[in-house]
Amino acid sequence: MNEEKKAKDATPAGPEKAVEQPAVEQSPENAPEALGEPGAEIRAVGERRGMFGAAGSGDTSGYGGLVAPVVLPGEAQRPFGGWFDTVADKLDALIERVVIHRGEITFHVHRDRLLEVARLLRDDPSLRFEFLSGVSGVHYPGDSGHELHAVYHFGSYTWNRRIRVEVGVPDSDPHVPSLVPLYPAADWHERETWDMFGLQFDGHPSLSRILMPDDWPGHPQRKDYPLGGIPVEYKGATVPPPDQRRSYN
Amino acid sequence: MVSTGSTTDQDFYADPTDTAEGGDNKVFTVTGQDWGDIAAGLGDNDAAERVVVNMGPQHPSTHGVLRLILEIEGETVTEARCGIGYLHTGIEKNMEFRTWTQGVTFCTRMDYLSPFFNEMTYVLGVERLLDIEDDIPEKAQVMRVLLMELNRISSHLVCIATGGMEIGALTVMTIGFRERELVLDLFELITGLRMNHAFIRPGGVAQDLPPGALDEIRGFVDLMKKRLPEYAALCNANPIFKARLENVGHLDLEGCMALGLSGPVLRSTGYGYDLRKAQPYCGYETYDFDVQTWDTADSYGRFRVRLNEMWESLKIIEQAADRLARLEGEPVMIADKKVAWPAQLSIGADGMGNSLDHIRHIMGESMEALIHHFKLVTEGFRVPAGQAYVPVESPRGELGAHVVSDGGTRPFRAHFRDPSFNNLQAMGLMSEGGQIADVIVAIASIDPVMGGVDR
Repeated sequence: MNEEKKAKDATPAGPEKAVEQPAVEQSPENAPEALGEPGAEIRAVGERRGMFGAAGSGDTSGYGGLVAPVVLPGEAQRPFGGWFDTVADKLDALIERVVIHRGEITFHVHRDRLLEVARLLRDDPSLRFEFLSGVSGVHYPGDSGHELHAVYHFGSYTWNRRIRVEVGVPDSDPHVPSLVPLYPAADWHERETWDMFGLQFDGHPSLSRILMPDDWPGHPQRKDYPLGGIPVEYKGATVPPPDQRRSYN
Repeated sequence: MVSTGSTTDQDFYADPTDTAEGGDNKVFTVTGQDWGDIAAGLGDNDAAERVVVNMGPQHPSTHGVLRLILEIEGETVTEARCGIGYLHTGIEKNMEFRTWTQGVTFCTRMDYLSPFFNEMTYVLGVERLLDIEDDIPEKAQVMRVLLMELNRISSHLVCIATGGMEIGALTVMTIGFRERELVLDLFELITGLRMNHAFIRPGGVAQDLPPGALDEIRGFVDLMKKRLPEYAALCNANPIFKARLENVGHLDLEGCMALGLSGPVLRSTGYGYDLRKAQPYCGYETYDFDVQTWDTADSYGRFRVRLNEMWESLKIIEQAADRLARLEGEPVMIADKKVAWPAQLSIGADGMGNSLDHIRHIMGESMEALIHHFKLVTEGFRVPAGQAYVPVESPRGELGAHVVSDGGTRPFRAHFRDPSFNNLQAMGLMSEGGQIADVIVAIASIDPVMGGVDR
């Protein structure tokens, strides 16, 4: 939606409105600043707009246009604990940052390093991630410079571990190296992610559409691609399609 | 009904003038009983060239709409490719426009032979993001396990039944669907629906067990203990069955790992990897059961693995039934009212709906309860921003939902790693170099469900 609204820190996108509301001072635990981990870098990757359920503001009418920044879990600090450190030690030079949330570890990797990381994950005896469960794309329109994310879930049979590797690339240059040479299992998953998000996997043997018809325009899972649907009339009333209904987000 | 490319005005699959070789290829539309005409049409010069056969897109059995593109030399398949996407319904996209709870209603329809597993992996992801994994009532977890294992039996039965039908063993099909029907009856009794249940919800399950359900379940287990040996007697040593399945669709452990195969295909190589044991969820670590393996890495091995897994599922169901008998009257939904669905369901004269007690309470007694109900049902609950991936061992292998939240009341993204989608990639490796008839057996041994593949 509004890319220019992307906030570097976690201040709400409508500061003049927040000032008008005394509720922030009354309940500081709801202020966005308090939501991130202390000491962790807070990076907003978008914003939510909705009608009710505002946090950090007394305005629940919805008429003010409630806006909340989307803040994903921040960077984790050492020590990570357990085998997380073992894996992170091996990867340390190749990764941008590590996020640990709800017991799952995510390694953010620059695309130039992805093949190196994947090769290490597969071949290193102390890592041995033999299993690539697939690629999932996520589109963050507000995360400027990293709008398209490719998310890989690796599994290790040897060590019974699971990690997530995430690569963010700009929408204007959506190229990610293909993992098919290392993990043939990625073949169809990368085709699906190309089909749904327009992420181009360089080095894929035949990056073609897989779920949508070959001549389909656009990439349906992107946030700027409409859901579609028509209003349905029932007994005189009209029900709008799901993406045009009132949103309480 | 044979039409060659030179006489057909329009052919949707290949216009002879468009082919890569510049229009030299002939296109036949095959409708059956016309091989003589095709052989004659090919002529002496063409016969040596490669023939590409389109198998489908159609409904080869109950696996769904799958298109196979086979390059053949006589009866031998030299190259095999899959065309998928015919059942794509945009479920993942649709889920981004509904609340977290409504998402269950969508994802249950993906792999329609194992609906509870779709719901389970999604719900586990949501619960992890909500950080309520430890707060789910024990009875809800036991009911989830019970339903999943019943579902595993019904799914394996369909796999064996349709796999048998595809090689002409129709009795296997009829008895397979006969038993599956009994499982669906249990589902109907417990959830109200035979398929597409949307029963497992974030925080628990939708409803308590109805009275008498445990007796029905125990009766089913007793019956299955008599009926499962029938499959073994029919198939295990049947020379025709074995001749069709043994050494067909071979894929060893190395191939399985490279192509990311999981489930019975992986276990048929002798490697006993099962997420229920390796990374337990829903309390599977407290149940007594064994991981079934076979060491032939072929279609026959996969059949035997599935057959044995049904016995293991029966063991789990018995244990779950015993626990449920002890848990009578316990809650099946999380105590946190900010997440728990406010209403219990009941059967009325016009079908299933909110229980009358609840309606009376919110409409006549408590304004706050009405507001709470309204907010939770229309607006839904918020899930903290982040992402989670909690795979479960579905009948076909690792099924996982990558759930991403932006902190709102709807999934920011829900992506399902469906085992059938991944495992179908192995079709070429399993069937190239074999006979055409073995392609069918190889695919049946993967047990793909196109609803899950295409989503």
